[in-house]
Amino acid sequence: MNNLEYIKERYNQLPSVNDLNGLGVIRQKAFEALNKMGIPTTRHEEWKYTRIGSFFNKEYQYQANQSAVSANELSAVRLPGYEQANEMVYINGRYSPELSVIRSKGLTIQPLEEAAKNEYKDIVSKHLGHSSNYLKDGIMALSTAFVQDGVFVHVKKGQIIEHPIYIYNITDARQANVLAQPRTLVYVGENAQVKFVETFSTLGTQESFTNRVIEIVVEKDAITEYYKIQTDASHASQVATTHIQQIGKSYTHTVTVSLNAGLVRNNLNIVLDEQYCEAHLYGIYLQQGQSHIDNHTVVDHAKPHCESNELYKGMLDDQSTGVFNGKIFVRQDAQKTNAYQSNKNILLNEGASVNTKPQLEIFADDVKCSHGCTIGRLDEESLFYLRSRGISENTARSLLLHGFAVDILEQIKLAPIREYVDKLISERLEFDLA
Amino acid sequence: MLSIKNLHASIDEKKILKGINLEIKPGEVHAIMGPNGSGKSTLASVLAGREDYEVTDGTVEFAGKDLLDLSPEERAGEGLFLAFQYPVEIPGLSTTNFIKTAVNEVRKYRGEEPLDAVAFLKLMKEKMAMVNIDQSLLSRSLNEGFSGGEKKRNEVFQMAMLQPKLAILDETDSGLDIDAIRIVANGVNKLRSKDNAVLVVTHYQRLLDYIVPDFVHVLYNGRIVKSGPKELALELEEKGYDFIKNEFKVEA
Repeated sequence: MNNLEYIKERYNQLPSVNDLNGLGVIRQKAFEALNKMGIPTTRHEEWKYTRIGSFFNKEYQYQANQSAVSANELSAVRLPGYEQANEMVYINGRYSPELSVIRSKGLTIQPLEEAAKNEYKDIVSKHLGHSSNYLKDGIMALSTAFVQDGVFVHVKKGQIIEHPIYIYNITDARQANVLAQPRTLVYVGENAQVKFVETFSTLGTQESFTNRVIEIVVEKDAITEYYKIQTDASHASQVATTHIQQIGKSYTHTVTVSLNAGLVRNNLNIVLDEQYCEAHLYGIYLQQGQSHIDNHTVVDHAKPHCESNELYKGMLDDQSTGVFNGKIFVRQDAQKTNAYQSNKNILLNEGASVNTKPQLEIFADDVKCSHGCTIGRLDEESLFYLRSRGISENTARSLLLHGFAVDILEQIKLAPIREYVDKLISERLEFDLA
Repeated sequence: MLSIKNLHASIDEKKILKGINLEIKPGEVHAIMGPNGSGKSTLASVLAGREDYEVTDGTVEFAGKDLLDLSPEERAGEGLFLAFQYPVEIPGLSTTNFIKTAVNEVRKYRGEEPLDAVAFLKLMKEKMAMVNIDQSLLSRSLNEGFSGGEKKRNEVFQMAMLQPKLAILDETDSGLDIDAIRIVANGVNKLRSKDNAVLVVTHYQRLLDYIVPDFVHVLYNGRIVKSGPKELALELEEKGYDFIKNEFKVEA
């Protein structure tokens, strides 16, 4: 039985399929959409350069039981600064309350299934699955079909969550191939502030495929920072969707760091749904071997006077491949929009390639927008300049490539995380930080 | 110190240098002047090891070594320094980190221990004062957003840090006003000693008012066609390059 048939069978076995009061309806719709659309192939415009079909032609265990992931194993994947941080742990796509630590006041975490019925039910019914309006494909539907395993995160109005929330997505692929679908809906209340850092780790040597969806709703005067750090093994692949809906005048700041893993598809959608919103999106990817990185971003300027700023930078070595697809919509209403987008790539090897496609769709007439992309090699003149000062060719390359990454690194405002990522990048580039 | 014999070089099959001969001894300042396209910058680039140029004939000996056989970084290790006509902007790399790496790689090449943080800082403070450059400039990304004068001053600062045996100044005065030229020239003069030498490559005589050469060479059509004392520079300034062009008709 291939993965997809197996998943469908699993769906039909779920007890709550007829529970129409909770998440039943949205799940049922998603399952129908999945059946209709199937897993996207390269014939799908948004999946032209990224093939995920093969992951569904073999056997995986779905949301396998939370096998014994020990405290030691968890420690190995912890991020610096965890002693003060809030930690949310997902094992094989399921939230583990036992391994998670929530320290901050005003932060509520509970199963989506419960939140869909209790005091949060209006928020859940209004916002859960909003990403489906932007991502019309079977892989998104697949996540939503199993949304009852997800988690709801509520940040109370006016609450400043001083310490970050670290989200560890761990897949235990020691016994078998694993498919995991961690799902989260976050609601950041009025005037609240919160920072997320998300990582992905696979244990063992079998394959893992993670279909991650996090939807974040940001209220008036709230500030949200979100950092995604992808350093998983080469037998670990993922589609990771971050959908941010700014429903009040608010500020968001995201940085996506992709340093490893087999195939990675990131979807980042930012919907600026109220006047005077501001969104900053940054990304850095360093690819090597046969790895594949695909960053699809959408910034939807739905209301006037909003600003978005986007810069993604990549370095691709060996036979690695990259995709950048950045869409900016400026709706008819969205006058006085400022929207900037840039994607810069350095190819370090003849075998490496990147497809980059900036797209602007503007329906308003009084806006400032710019977009651009570059693909090049390391600048020979810069290299010669450094070498002429006695710096060896290898060191000169490291200095230049590290320098290329610096303006993205500087966008990581959490110091311990910035230092951690800088260390990872420096190690990769054999750059001596001292 | 530097001995160039019959040097021929070309770029993309085009012959630029057609038999250069030049001897530079420690303590000397030489100026190479010439009209545009005479091969001045090519000579500077070939000496520093820029790979776009192909040396087709001749030899260059520097401090007892076959210079042409060395990589650019080895040449720097041996004590050769090129001050660029157009210093490159490097985003994300501060001048301080850059020069620290350079100083320690050169020390490594010479078999010396790297400088520790304290010793490096002391050296840097000393040289900053010497060439009149500000700390705030050195903390910024290398040359990024620097004015023309700041870039050239940064070149002289790097020269001070690396203490080369031979410094080649490639059109260092281009794009600078007279005040900036004076500051840069003062820096270079402070670094002069009986053990090192300077090769000034320039189109105009004005830089030579401040860095006074012992010898002036006129480069024309890939060859040194005239050499003389510093007064030759004044003569060129007065008569223009046409008199050279008329005297030495272009050979096919």
